[in-house]
Amino acid sequence: MSMPFYASAEQIMRDRSEYARKNIARGRSVIVLTYADGVLFVAENASPALHKVSEIYDRIGFAGVGKYNEYESLRVAGIRLADLRGYSYDRRDVTARALANAYAQTLGTIFTEQQKPYEVEICVAEVGEQPDSDQLYRLTYDGSIVSEPDFLVMGGGQAEALVAEMREAFTARQPLADALAAAVRALGSVGGADGSPRAIPAAQLEVAVLDRTRGKRKFKRITGAALTELLPAEEPAEQGATEAESDQE
Amino acid sequence: MTIDRTGEVPGILRYANTPGSSSFSEFLSVAAPHLMPATHAGSGELDAPHGTTIVAALYADGVVMAGDRRSTMGNLIAQRDIEKVFAADDYSLVGIAGTAGLAVEMVRLYQVELEHYEKIEGTQLTIDGKANRLATMIRSNLGMAMQGLAVVPMFAGYDPDAASPAEGGRIYSFDVTGSRSVERYYHSVGSGSLFARGSLKKLWREGLDRDAVVRVVVEALYDAADDDSATGGPDLTRGIYPVVMTATADGTERVGDDELGTVVRALLADREARPGA
Repeated sequence: MSMPFYASAEQIMRDRSEYARKNIARGRSVIVLTYADGVLFVAENASPALHKVSEIYDRIGFAGVGKYNEYESLRVAGIRLADLRGYSYDRRDVTARALANAYAQTLGTIFTEQQKPYEVEICVAEVGEQPDSDQLYRLTYDGSIVSEPDFLVMGGGQAEALVAEMREAFTARQPLADALAAAVRALGSVGGADGSPRAIPAAQLEVAVLDRTRGKRKFKRITGAALTELLPAEEPAEQGATEAESDQE
Repeated sequence: MTIDRTGEVPGILRYANTPGSSSFSEFLSVAAPHLMPATHAGSGELDAPHGTTIVAALYADGVVMAGDRRSTMGNLIAQRDIEKVFAADDYSLVGIAGTAGLAVEMVRLYQVELEHYEKIEGTQLTIDGKANRLATMIRSNLGMAMQGLAVVPMFAGYDPDAASPAEGGRIYSFDVTGSRSVERYYHSVGSGSLFARGSLKKLWREGLDRDAVVRVVVEALYDAADDDSATGGPDLTRGIYPVVMTATADGTERVGDDELGTVVRALLADREARPGA
């Protein structure tokens, strides 16, 4: 039987963190922010089928970055936990806080006990009756959980720069079109040639909202014509036209 | 790190892979079997409330479904404002006749089943897929049905893949063993269904508009209540009217009580003019 080399706990944890962080940074970013009517998810995603953003329950949405199969299994587990709770108690008893806790426990256990940590960063968001009660939770690969009041940026190689960009652009309770424009501009501010901003076409964006004005299920994807209409026009002269209603299926 | 933990799945992730399917009821039977609807009752007679008449009919924009508000226990009225027609999801309706408690529980599980599939797969089941799923759930209740606690739902919905709205409406009927069949014009289940179907046969025509078809289904339930003591008629003194819901390309919608009040008053005035009808 071979004896493993001794490695201090500190060294092991640092190695795992570095491994996870490096791989998460490889993907594209996701921005989650609050706006006047709820929570907006904006992801740069080249695939129309492999979603980064998803519905969990009536008022709860999910976003993930990193390794697809890993955040996908977290997403499925979250939907099942939420549906199970809602079925055995009541629909109103399903909360983002409980779900975020379950995720944190799981990610923490994996980080300390398994061979390799999950290379993911996820967000659990809940839309409340009032803007004050909207909740955004960010969960990282080691099970840390942070509650963000306004917005959060996950994944991508230059997340720090995006956070700075968003801090500039974010205003509380702005209309949907403005919030979307801010997030898209932030996503495009990095990764361009020579550091210049790049335009991200609508087809490369995955956009969804948790809209408190909707009926029972608040989650709604914004795709196709509705998304194009909502995005800022190529010529910035037409600022007023972006207020268009997106409430069409 | 020599401990092999590959077999262990931590925390919430134990839900992720077992079972591998997108079915909530399959998941529930593994994760929390005690929450599954009962499949066997003890021996002996059990007097449980029964729901009665449901009707559904196709019309120009899709399909309409209506149910009376009475549940009975033997000769007693158990409840006069029970709701037996539900939206199963955005595009489909389910109505229940038979043992009310079991049927309502089945509908609750069915609603979660459809939503669960939609969330996990990112797409809705086809309308035939939804009907087949319900057939399976009815079949799993066969043990209870043998003991007199049968549940006979009716399923109707709008097929978003249809070429035109007039072709989008679908009605599916089931028997207690879960056999499924597609109804072409209209259908009715429950104790008063014989009379409701007779009424529909004379009143229903192809291509009715929404207002006309609402009147037709309300009248069919009125006729059922006229001859079947277990079916409740519209209750003007308490303002209790049938539950009427539509499924169209725009989704499901419940017809408001104000509108139904007007329909019922007009119906009663017409019937008053010809009391033999």
